[in-house]
Amino acid sequence: MATTATETHAAMAPRPFRVARRERETADTWTLELEPVQGDPLQVAPGQFTMLYAFGVGEVPISVSGEPGGPLVHTVRAVGAVTEAICAAGEETILGVRGPMGNAWPLGTGGDVVVVAGGIGLAPLRGVVYDLVRRRDAFGEAALLYGGRTPADLLYRDELERWREPLQVDVTVDAAEPGWEGKVGFVAKLVGSARFDPAAATAFVCGPEIMMRTSAEALLERGVPAERIFVSMERNMQCGVGLCGHCQLGPTLICRDGPVYRWDEVERLMAVREL
Amino acid sequence: MTRVIEPAALETLVEALRERGYRVLGPTLRDGAIVYDELESAAELPAGWTDVQEPGSYRVERREDEARFGYAVGPHSWKGYLLPPRLRLWQARLNGNGLEVAEEPLDETPLAFLGVRSCELHAIGVQDRVFVGGRVQDRDYAARREGVFLVAVNCIEPGGTCFCASMGTGPRAEGGYDLALTEVLDGEHRLLAEAGSERGAELLAELPGRDATDGDLQAASTAVDAAASRMGRQLDATDLHGLLRRNLEHPRWDEVAERCLTCGNCTMACPTCFCTTVEDATDLTGQTAERHRVWDSCYSVEYSHIHGGAIRPSGRARYRQWLTHKFGTWHDQFGTSGCVGCGRCITWCPVGIDVTEELTAIRATDGEANHGDD
Amino acid sequence: METIDALLREVPVFRGLEPAQLELIAGCGSNVHFDQGAVLFREGDAADIFYLVRHGTVALETYVPARGPAMIETLQPGEVVGWSWLFPPYRWHFDARALTDLRATAFDGACLRGKADADPRLGYDLMSRFAQVLIERLQWTRLRLLDLYGHDGD
Repeated sequence: MATTATETHAAMAPRPFRVARRERETADTWTLELEPVQGDPLQVAPGQFTMLYAFGVGEVPISVSGEPGGPLVHTVRAVGAVTEAICAAGEETILGVRGPMGNAWPLGTGGDVVVVAGGIGLAPLRGVVYDLVRRRDAFGEAALLYGGRTPADLLYRDELERWREPLQVDVTVDAAEPGWEGKVGFVAKLVGSARFDPAAATAFVCGPEIMMRTSAEALLERGVPAERIFVSMERNMQCGVGLCGHCQLGPTLICRDGPVYRWDEVERLMAVREL
Repeated sequence: MTRVIEPAALETLVEALRERGYRVLGPTLRDGAIVYDELESAAELPAGWTDVQEPGSYRVERREDEARFGYAVGPHSWKGYLLPPRLRLWQARLNGNGLEVAEEPLDETPLAFLGVRSCELHAIGVQDRVFVGGRVQDRDYAARREGVFLVAVNCIEPGGTCFCASMGTGPRAEGGYDLALTEVLDGEHRLLAEAGSERGAELLAELPGRDATDGDLQAASTAVDAAASRMGRQLDATDLHGLLRRNLEHPRWDEVAERCLTCGNCTMACPTCFCTTVEDATDLTGQTAERHRVWDSCYSVEYSHIHGGAIRPSGRARYRQWLTHKFGTWHDQFGTSGCVGCGRCITWCPVGIDVTEELTAIRATDGEANHGDD
Repeated sequence: METIDALLREVPVFRGLEPAQLELIAGCGSNVHFDQGAVLFREGDAADIFYLVRHGTVALETYVPARGPAMIETLQPGEVVGWSWLFPPYRWHFDARALTDLRATAFDGACLRGKADADPRLGYDLMSRFAQVLIERLQWTRLRLLDLYGHDGD
């Protein structure tokens, strides 16, 4: 019960943020940089999320995708009324923010690191990639394996090129367009040929559940221990602070105990249909 | 120190609470059911009424006596006052320089609950763990809950769907109250009153009555013990957490799904179900917006919706979610069972699904699995 | 320079085969090099060879009229390129093109089929290993068919 008044207060009321920068990533996905209208910037860690409020329309959980220690950045895909409103928010638009909520990807120091991302799942992992690049000498092998739907659906294309120097970057698409000279195939397949020592590696996986499951299986097949594979789970969220019940995944509340879980914590739960 | 008061002294109790500024809430007969509402007088208590409850069935009947608390529990629970079914959380206004968000002012009217059963005390405790026991507290719940004056009533008339004795949550209130009453009907209609707090003792001292004799205590104890042995339902509650965890694919889920209407009545009637959702709206000018929090139910398809679809589209999965949460994963999340054995979910289920029967059926064929059509 | 023997021991498709079998297979292999853009084989041609990718990437393609070459899948180091040499009608179903500078080991399919005919045990092992390759290709393809990153499945 050692909750401070401010924490209780901040839990439910959105705080106004201004869209400082907006950049189109793909046909339906935008990256927004947000700055508080007043007061200190939010301290967020890669893996966490905020509840992002479009005035009068509603609120959605969106992972942070900025640089650790940097401004609040969200990459949002327009898939419903609220995300459409957020994506349409031009510079200077005011959005509400609650959070940050949830836990962070446990990127420590040392060892090899494998980042496996599918689709919009690269956004929650971008902060990990920034951190890896910034502290490159602190790690052994570092691989980013990224699968998209088509070449036009790939996020952060300029950065992907820049990351090729410090990291092994392997990008694949499910379906190629004419002119694509990169890889075509399911992202989990890239695990087989990435360069890392399974016994020394930690893996961070984010994307649709089936993609995370097959990627985790490929990582296990390579010999990465289950307790060093981390995934990020998604469920309906309303309150973001463990009070509304919506984000239950069996024994856990994703907003309170996740969204980042060790593979051995969720493998059994993900195997149960409609849990 | 236990005192004995006459039924008429309940009027003094209500008056004393109202004089102290409490909004007194308690049972009253309305629309053929014993419900909770604001009481201006003890005369509004359902004197001489009882309830007859069976799966999918509830009706009130006259008693042969004038017992004030001679019924079990009705469709309402106290959560309606601590977690209002609909609550505005805040209002926001767009102005040139941003967004002004004004949180809804807290309703700090002190509340007194009169006639809280042991199962309901436990239910309040269960919700306390959810709303004020974690890292983030619910400010509205905390404000309403703080200082609630609790007048408990030990059960002497268990209902046909009650199973608190199986859940270890009743019928005797063991603590967490300001006053506990036991109604004794053995010829001399009287109530034993015991204080559980300092303010309870102060109030008790203002009630006309006498000290309890050994005979009074014995009579009260016998009545409550008898209630424990007359529970309408029984349940083997041994490790339900483990039982449900290993039976997520039990064929019983398919079977119960054929009967369950996924109406969500059980979640509304349940005194511990706490799920809510939010509704956002703007006024017609589009300049002000507000958010309401409303009760939600895991039986709705929308409850689990993420973009693309619902996580639990089938009734089987939604019934399983509710039952496994209530009796199983609640332990993982909040350290207790989510069930207090009040029986409301059984009584108010329109098709009479009985959780004790469902759990017993699963236990009887523990480990039987139906992996569907893969 | 690694020997073909050593390569065979490492690649998933032949992992666990007996040394004598590996030696037989290696006897049908030779190291090859393709420049970026080179065509390894063409759809419809007779299939009498398969490759193990050592370095580089191979694209499997088909030609779609009015659209041009469509890339079906890419294959990377450690993967097999080509299974049509083992199954009638022994003709390529797709084009294979080196997406990058490519080093691979080529295996003579007719040579291997001959050895398999003479040694049914080897034939069974080869058949089951290539069946595994087909199963994996099928599974990865099925996952892509789900269009997981599309609007409805993400």
